[in-house]
Amino acid sequence: MSVLVDKNTRLLVQGITGKTGAFHARQSLDYGTQVVAGVTPGRGGEKFESEVPIFDTVADAVRETGANASVIFVPPPYAADAIMEAVDAGVPLIVCITEGIPVADMVKAKRYLQGRTSRLIGPNCPGVITPKQCRIGIMPGYIHQPGRVGVVSRSGTLTYEAVHQLTTLGLGQTTAIGIGGDPVNGTNFVDCLTLFNDDPATEGIVMIGEIGGSAEEDGAAFIKAHVKKPVVGFIAGTTAPPGKRMGHAGAIISGGKGTAEAKLEAMREAGVSIAETPSDIGSTMKKALG
Amino acid sequence: MKIHEYQGKALLKALGVPVPLSHVAFSAAETERAAREIIDHTGNQVVVVKAQIHAGGRGKGRFKEHPDLGGVKVVRGADQAKAIAQQMLDSTLVTIQTGPEGKKVGRILVEQGMDIQRELYVAATLDRATGRTTLMASTEGGMEIEVVAEKSPEKILRESIDPATGLLPFQARKLVYGLGITGNVANKMASFLGKLAAAYDQLDCSLLEVNPLVITGSGDVLALDAKVNFDDNALYRHKDVEELRDPSEEDAAELEAKKFDLSYVNLDGTIGCMVNGAGLAMATMDIIKFFGKKPANFLDVGGGATVDRVTAAFKIITRDPKVSGILVNIFGGIMKCDVIAQGVITAVKEVGLKVPLVVRLEGTNVEQGKRMLEESGLPITTGTSLRDAAQKIVELTP
Repeated sequence: MSVLVDKNTRLLVQGITGKTGAFHARQSLDYGTQVVAGVTPGRGGEKFESEVPIFDTVADAVRETGANASVIFVPPPYAADAIMEAVDAGVPLIVCITEGIPVADMVKAKRYLQGRTSRLIGPNCPGVITPKQCRIGIMPGYIHQPGRVGVVSRSGTLTYEAVHQLTTLGLGQTTAIGIGGDPVNGTNFVDCLTLFNDDPATEGIVMIGEIGGSAEEDGAAFIKAHVKKPVVGFIAGTTAPPGKRMGHAGAIISGGKGTAEAKLEAMREAGVSIAETPSDIGSTMKKALG
Repeated sequence: MKIHEYQGKALLKALGVPVPLSHVAFSAAETERAAREIIDHTGNQVVVVKAQIHAGGRGKGRFKEHPDLGGVKVVRGADQAKAIAQQMLDSTLVTIQTGPEGKKVGRILVEQGMDIQRELYVAATLDRATGRTTLMASTEGGMEIEVVAEKSPEKILRESIDPATGLLPFQARKLVYGLGITGNVANKMASFLGKLAAAYDQLDCSLLEVNPLVITGSGDVLALDAKVNFDDNALYRHKDVEELRDPSEEDAAELEAKKFDLSYVNLDGTIGCMVNGAGLAMATMDIIKFFGKKPANFLDVGGGATVDRVTAAFKIITRDPKVSGILVNIFGGIMKCDVIAQGVITAVKEVGLKVPLVVRLEGTNVEQGKRMLEESGLPITTGTSLRDAAQKIVELTP
C-alpha cells in the first residue's frame, strides 16, 4: 500500500516542453510512471518524445486521457494560474514543483482551492513518490525502495538524505511526500500524517521540518492526539539567526516565532523520537520500529 | 527586501495613505534647507529629524559617537535641525535590532512636528496558518508589537482578508470601533485602513507596518512611521521598488551571491559551508554546531548549479576572512556530483586553498565525482556521510 500515488496514477505534466519539465517527464517515464499527457499552451497536437500527447489546456488533457494527477513545471509568474487551471479541470492531485511563486499569487490559488475536490502538494517542493510505482517531481528515483516508512518533509535534499538512510538500512518507504518550503502551501504536515496514520502499510513516519511558521507544532499536536505509530522527527535551522530568510521563502524566524527549539519541544512533548543530526534519521527510525 | 522609512512613506503617499510632510536629506545643509521649507509651509517651528537605517527601535537607540543622542530627535528651527543632522550623519546608530555593531547613518528624514493626541498600531502581513493577509490593529501604538502579543494578546485585533474581495469596509469599521475610536475620526481611520490594505496588495508587501499611526489634535489620521518589506518572489513585477534598494544596508557577499542566483546568508562562525538545498544547508550548519564549532554562512547552490555557479560560490566562501575551514555537502539528485567536483577543483586551482576542505558527495555520479577529487591531487579530505564529514571539518579547523 501507499498514499496519494501508485501504479494506477495517470500523470499529466504541465510545462512538459520546458527544459526542466521535459527532463523530469523523461525521468518519470523511465521510472515506470504512467505519464499520459502534457500541457503547453500553443503546442496542442504535438507529441512529447513521440510518445506522450500534448494538449493546449488541462481540461482537454483530462478529457482525452483520464489523467488523475498533474505535476507543474511552469515558471513562477504563471505557476499559480497553472495550479488554478488544474483545479478547474478537476484534477484530484496537483503537485507544484515551481520555486519562487509570489506569495500573493499563492494566497489566491489557495482561496481558489477552497470547496473544490483537488489536493495541492507544494509549491517549491520535490514532489511525491511511491517507490517502484509512481514518481511525480524531481527526486532521484534510484535512492528509493519499497518499504515500511512514510516520509513527509518541507525540504528537498534533506528528504533525499532521510530516504537514502531508510533504503540503506533496509526499511524502505511506503510513500515520500515533499510539502515544500513556501509559507503558503496546499498540503501540510497534519494532512500527510493523517494519510500515513490511516495507511496500513506504513509502520513508521519520518517528519522533517524547518524553522518558520507553526506547521510542525500543529503536526505535533495531531501526533499526540491521534498517531500510535512511531514517528521520527528532525528540524533544520537550530543555528539560523532570526529575521533572515534561509533560502526557502518560508524558512524565517520572525517576531520570535517559528524557532527550531519551539518545534523540537512540541515534537518531544508529542512523543516523537528526535534525530540528533540529519545522519541519524534512519537509525532512529530503525530503533523506534524495534 | 527592505527599504527606508522615507521611501516607504513616499510609496504610501502615492497610494493615498496620509503621511506627514517630510523631505529626505543626505547632508546637514540639505537637512537645513528641508527643515526651512517645512517650517515655511506649516508655520510650525517644530520639526523631527529621523536617522534612516533598515532597523527598528531607532528612537530608543543611541549613537556610538554621541551617547546622548537617539535616532529620532524633535527640534525647533532649521538651525537646530542642521546641528543634529551633523551629529547623526556618518555616525553609527545602535538599536535593539542592529546588533552591537550598529549601522552607519547616511540619510536623514526631516518631518513636520505633529500635535499627537493618540498613538495606535496597524499592520498587514501574511498569516501563514490561514494562507491569507491579516490586518492587525492595536491601541498600543509605539510599543513593540511582539511584546504586546506576548503580554496582552487581547489588545491586538485582527481581520483576515479574503483575497476574492479584499478588505471589506465593515472589517475596517470593526477594527476602528474595536479600538474605541468614534465620530468623524472613525471614518478617516476606516478609510486609512482600506488604503493601507490596498497598498499591501498593490506593492506585493510581506509586511506593511505603521507604528505609530497617529491621530492629531485636529482629528487627522496619519502614518508617523512606515515599515514596508517586500515579497522577494514578486519583485520582478515591481522594477521601481527594486530601484529603492540601498546597497550600503546589505551585506556585500550576500549581494554578490545574488548575482549568481545563490542563496547566501553571512553568519559569525568559522566554517564555511556549501550545500545544495535550503533544508540540507540549514541541517549542515546545525551539525557543525552539534560537533562544537560554528558555521560562517548559509549557502544553497540550488538544484541546477553549473560549474560556474559552484566556482562563484566557492570564491565567496574563501574570500570571507572568518573562514578557517570549508565543508562542501552535496546530495546530488538532479545536481550531479561530477559537476560539483569539477566546480570545486576549478575554484581551488583559481583561488588557492589556504584552509582545510572536507567534501562529502552522495547521489548521482558519486563515484565519478570522488575519483575526480582524488585524481586532482588537491589536499581535499572526503567524508563518507554528513556526520563523518562534519566531524572531520570540526577536527581539522583550527
